[in-house]
Amino acid sequence: MLSRTADHLYWMARYIERAENMARVLDVTYNMSLVPNAAESEAALWEPALQIAGNVDDFEASHDEYTAANVIHYLAMDQNNPSSIFSALRSARENARAVRVALSAETWENINTLWLEFGQFQAADITESGLSEFCDWVKSRSHLFRGVSFGTMLRDDAFRFVRLGTFIERADNTARLLDVKYHLLLPGEEEIGGAVDYYEWSAVLRSVSAFQAYQKIFSDTIEPWRVAELLVLRDDMPRSLHACFDEITPILEQLSGRRSSESRRIAGEMHARLHFGRMDEIFQDGLHEFLEDFVTSNNNLGMEIQRSFLNAPVI
Amino acid sequence: MDMASRIPFDEMQPQDDEVREIYRVYAAWLKSFPLQQLERKRQEAEVLFRRVGITFNVYGETSGNERLIPFDVIPRLLGSAEWQMLSNGAIQRVKALNMFLDDIYHKQEIIKAGIVPASILANAQYRPEMYGVDVPGGVYAHIAGVDLVRTGESQFYVLEDNLRTPSGVSYMLENRKMMMRLFPELFRRYSVAPMEHYPQVLMNNLRAVAPHGVQDPVVVLLTPGAYNSAYFEHAFLAQQMGVELVEGQDLFVRNNAVYMRTTEGPKRVDVIYRRLDDDYLDPLVFKPDSMLGVPGLLSVYRNGGVTLANAVGTGVADDKATYIHVPDMIRFYLGEEPILSNVPTYELSKPDDLKYVLEHLPELVVKEVQGSGGYGMLVGPAATKKEIEEFRLRILSAPDNYIAQPTLALSTCPTLVEQGIAPRHVDLRPFVLSGKTVTLVPGALCRVALKEGSLVVNSSQGGGTKDTWVLENA
Repeated sequence: MLSRTADHLYWMARYIERAENMARVLDVTYNMSLVPNAAESEAALWEPALQIAGNVDDFEASHDEYTAANVIHYLAMDQNNPSSIFSALRSARENARAVRVALSAETWENINTLWLEFGQFQAADITESGLSEFCDWVKSRSHLFRGVSFGTMLRDDAFRFVRLGTFIERADNTARLLDVKYHLLLPGEEEIGGAVDYYEWSAVLRSVSAFQAYQKIFSDTIEPWRVAELLVLRDDMPRSLHACFDEITPILEQLSGRRSSESRRIAGEMHARLHFGRMDEIFQDGLHEFLEDFVTSNNNLGMEIQRSFLNAPVI
Repeated sequence: MDMASRIPFDEMQPQDDEVREIYRVYAAWLKSFPLQQLERKRQEAEVLFRRVGITFNVYGETSGNERLIPFDVIPRLLGSAEWQMLSNGAIQRVKALNMFLDDIYHKQEIIKAGIVPASILANAQYRPEMYGVDVPGGVYAHIAGVDLVRTGESQFYVLEDNLRTPSGVSYMLENRKMMMRLFPELFRRYSVAPMEHYPQVLMNNLRAVAPHGVQDPVVVLLTPGAYNSAYFEHAFLAQQMGVELVEGQDLFVRNNAVYMRTTEGPKRVDVIYRRLDDDYLDPLVFKPDSMLGVPGLLSVYRNGGVTLANAVGTGVADDKATYIHVPDMIRFYLGEEPILSNVPTYELSKPDDLKYVLEHLPELVVKEVQGSGGYGMLVGPAATKKEIEEFRLRILSAPDNYIAQPTLALSTCPTLVEQGIAPRHVDLRPFVLSGKTVTLVPGALCRVALKEGSLVVNSSQGGGTKDTWVLENA
């Protein structure tokens, strides 16, 4: 297929996944803010959400203070914030429109409808009371996108690039979320297990739809290292790093055919670490270091995919 | 002259007490169908069109610039005999125009015969680069839109030919799909000739004009991109034909061949259905700052390494200065009498015509020779005194750039508007496809001027569209 088409498909899927993850983070952060004494200040509460998206500086440059209304508007609707849900959905739709030929009619109509519906939220702006409804809408639209593309698209390279985009983005988001939260929630040597911690960790789990799974697997109190294990190494947890690479690795093999490719090598290596890795070793070397390294490798993989498939060189 | 009469011919009900035969069944149905329900159908169509993204972009408008072309739920009906006549006439015309293009870029016999003046070679749309270049099958205009208007029961005129990158066929096809969805019962009552096979005919033709010796040609559709006003149509046709929709940046030239960049490496391209104007095709030959084209494309094309549809240089044949010669072309190349008439046309480069036109501006339609889209024109009867005087100055500063025609009393068709059902002026654009044979599917884009009394049907000027039904047994 055309490299440009592949590029648009890949980024379309990434942007939808990004919007979904932003909605997840926004939703749980807001819910946290309703727990009394959850944080020392509004800033301490909201900053992590901005950290995950990587735009604390940009927010501070354009806003005087951290208030729920400010952050919600910035992360959901701000047209100047390149990682707002607005920007992600707009980019997703623009990418889709550029390659509507390569999508099944249902997939295109789903994304187009998403954008038309978004206009209604936009017109009303998002108030605190409407936030959950909005976040649920983003999530369900993203679920619908995956379901429609999975259920209607021919299993060709177009489909593979869509899936690839989804899982590369998801791996990045899960790793960032865990890193920021883990960092914040484990201050020094302090004993953990207080009520706020419980809410915090359950919020983290909820943000990746893993709360029920945690209870089902461990049926125990929420322990940070178990949360980490669930989101890093468990292959049966659909938003874990391992699960993402279970999807990514075979897709890259199919796309590469007999050609050896650097992207395939990087993905294989990352997959092996997740597949054969042990949580105690990861903790020994430091979870933060592991996650930081993972995000960098995942980025490199993204760039390599870009280089070898999407910006195909002239002969 | 009957066409100067001010009472337009209504295609359903020419007189208060007379419904034309082909409309009889429909008129009765329409009378019994509640207006409110018709309006609901219209809204339903709008929602569907928007969801599918059947929109067009308006040049010069910023964000939120995707608009729907208003769709009218009342179809235009044509009988099979009148359609046959129109169809034969359009085919005859396009055959002659293709022969003219082949001639003008080779032996130029029509000039030697004194039928078309040699000044045509100085026309900005004449491409000297094409002189002596052989194109497969001698086909230049693979896709041609012939704009027709009607002024009476059997009076049809060709308003203009569109031989460059005519658009609108996707609306013809989507309107039919919509009508079948909204009014299935009507299709049971009437035997409407199907035309949904248009993309297949087009695809077969495109494959048939591949460069010599290519067995299994790779066809692509070249679009200026997602911000082009007709992008939906480009995407639609590519999808219907199952070909790649490419932009200039996806193609490149190597060793006298055109390739596209794919995830599996370069892939050779044989036929390009391009929806990009000549000027933007190749920055090495035409506009040097064009980012939309493919550097080196023209050189491959001239050497026969790739086919472009339509060919480069067709604009010289649909120029309004050439239009006046088309009936003579038909006589010259085919030895036949034209089936379809031209609208009588004044050439403002001729002093007598200029004098007449300047004296009769309020009655005439004046058009820019190289204009399109209804921008550079004056509709005398609808213009204010001030507009007429401004246009007079424009004409005087460059009379050669203009032609003028009498204002035709275009026929009207019943149309659903805010006030209910009312007659509105229409035109008709059938699409003639040339490959090994010259054909057209039984259908056309019908454009309707939604404003009361307006004669301008262009979508950029607030026109809408209708489905056109060619009735098989009428």
